[in-house]
Amino acid sequence: MRPYLAIVSAGVRVMLQYRAAAAAGFATQLFWGWIRVAIFGAFYASSSATQPMSLEDTISYLWLTQALLLLLPFRLDSDLVAMIRDGTVAYELTRPADLYWYWFSRTLASRTAPMLLRAGPLLLVSGLFFGLAAPDSLSALAAFLVSVGAALLLSSAFTMLMSISLLWTIAGDGISRLISMIAQFLSGSYVPLPLFPQWAQPALALLPFAGLTDTPFRLYLGHLPLSSFPTAIAHQLLWTAVLVLVGRLALARGLRRMVVQGG
Amino acid sequence: MPVIAVENLSKTYWVSERAPGTWGALKSLVHRRHRAVEALGGISFTIQPGELVGYIGPNGAGKSTTVKVLSGILVPSGGAVTVLGRTPWQERAAHVAHIGVVFGQRTQLWWDLPVIESFDLLREIYRVPREDYRKTLDELVETMALSELLDTPVRLLSLGQRMRCDLAAALLHRPELLFLDEPTIGLDAIAKLTVRNLVKRLNRDQGLTVILTTHDMDDIESLCSRVILINRGKILLDGTLERMRQLVTTERRLVIILADESTWIDGVQARVIHRDGARLTLSFDPDQISAAELIGDITSHYPIRDLYVEAAPIEEIVAQIYQDTHT
Repeated sequence: MRPYLAIVSAGVRVMLQYRAAAAAGFATQLFWGWIRVAIFGAFYASSSATQPMSLEDTISYLWLTQALLLLLPFRLDSDLVAMIRDGTVAYELTRPADLYWYWFSRTLASRTAPMLLRAGPLLLVSGLFFGLAAPDSLSALAAFLVSVGAALLLSSAFTMLMSISLLWTIAGDGISRLISMIAQFLSGSYVPLPLFPQWAQPALALLPFAGLTDTPFRLYLGHLPLSSFPTAIAHQLLWTAVLVLVGRLALARGLRRMVVQGG
Repeated sequence: MPVIAVENLSKTYWVSERAPGTWGALKSLVHRRHRAVEALGGISFTIQPGELVGYIGPNGAGKSTTVKVLSGILVPSGGAVTVLGRTPWQERAAHVAHIGVVFGQRTQLWWDLPVIESFDLLREIYRVPREDYRKTLDELVETMALSELLDTPVRLLSLGQRMRCDLAAALLHRPELLFLDEPTIGLDAIAKLTVRNLVKRLNRDQGLTVILTTHDMDDIESLCSRVILINRGKILLDGTLERMRQLVTTERRLVIILADESTWIDGVQARVIHRDGARLTLSFDPDQISAAELIGDITSHYPIRDLYVEAAPIEEIVAQIYQDTHT
């Protein structure tokens, strides 16, 4: 365990160097958040039907989406991509460590650090000035935090699958873009999942994507009652386990191909 | 007991081929043709503790393949390999904990972090006890003059500095065996000398066994007592540099600087192979005429300012061998 924790912490330190990117991201996300809030406000104003989520909750949900955008399995760890592309991956194989967890630790770090850098200021500013409500209760806040942790693991497992696919495709931008589009849509980053049609809800609840952002956000809002917290976390962790398992198998296959194929 | 025992090692790659053009691309979706490429065709050698062996050969000879098999990265198609008592690809984790690897063209350090943080990370990955690490690190910092580099981010290091750090990184867990894959590539003259001296010292003072692959024949000449030369997956020669020379030619060279540029030399048992003003390079066969005889012969007939005998440069010898095996 120790070596892997050390890798996470080194990865976080690398990421913390990119403060300028975080500042730029902060500005962009604030701007987009403001526009999205305006759009949803207009929707709510033009409809007389009762919505599955109040406007106040929706606005908070939107701001959470903006603040924690980098939770999503967006881009790959660029170091890892370069490593696979130029063959430095050979070094990685001369380490007495489990390659999957080794890379997973790196990925987790590159998911976590940039997200934290942006989330703090965005949550603060949108909470003070733009209508992000405080968490439903203290226990809702705790549930939210735990669920964000699980979402980070889930997102890293997703990212790992995308990275591992590079062992086959080398130019993996296509796949990673496709997956992150799907993930953004189905995790509620464009339109909050509770606003999706009723018939889609069971499928959305089953799929792994809800666990990326929707689950922690609804726990925060109290839209998911605390009683369903265990199920929600189990859903996130179960999918993480599945993706890790698939990732490990894929990595083993990819490596076998590579160690047999060489280069 | 030998550090490395390789017996009849072979490796065949399957390369997929497709016909050129769109049609070929489409066809390859359905049916791929594969061609076998034999990278190693049954090689055998053993290496004893404390040896510093140069492993050389032209591009595509099978050097990297061998190193990758020995370091546990690649699974061979056939043959038996024992490194430090283990079969590398079967006990990868245990195996790699005891070897160090440096690929000259790549770095194992974290690009954005200060050198020392990469070192600390490697300590964790190799699970080196803290006190042992402290001691090794102090030693390495001392011998490699790293103290000023430790706090510098890797991306700011020059190539020579980076190579020193990479070398140190490969030694933090005190491996018994070190693989160096082109460690001097791209380095300037001074940095090359520094790296060579370090490798020599590690080998001599700590008895570290080193396998060195390189295209730089000066590396080989200054470091290696033994050379394994491979081409097309076969070992052509395994022995001293001297033996490698004899394989190609016994020819020696006599370089003379004439006192007078206009003098023409002939009637001696040697061939003029190069002339540059007053500087002449003669080639002779020591079996026909000894160097002493030849020098006596020349100095008694011509006014000479200076002269020295040299062997054919190892570079040329190797080029000759590569060429011979290609035809």
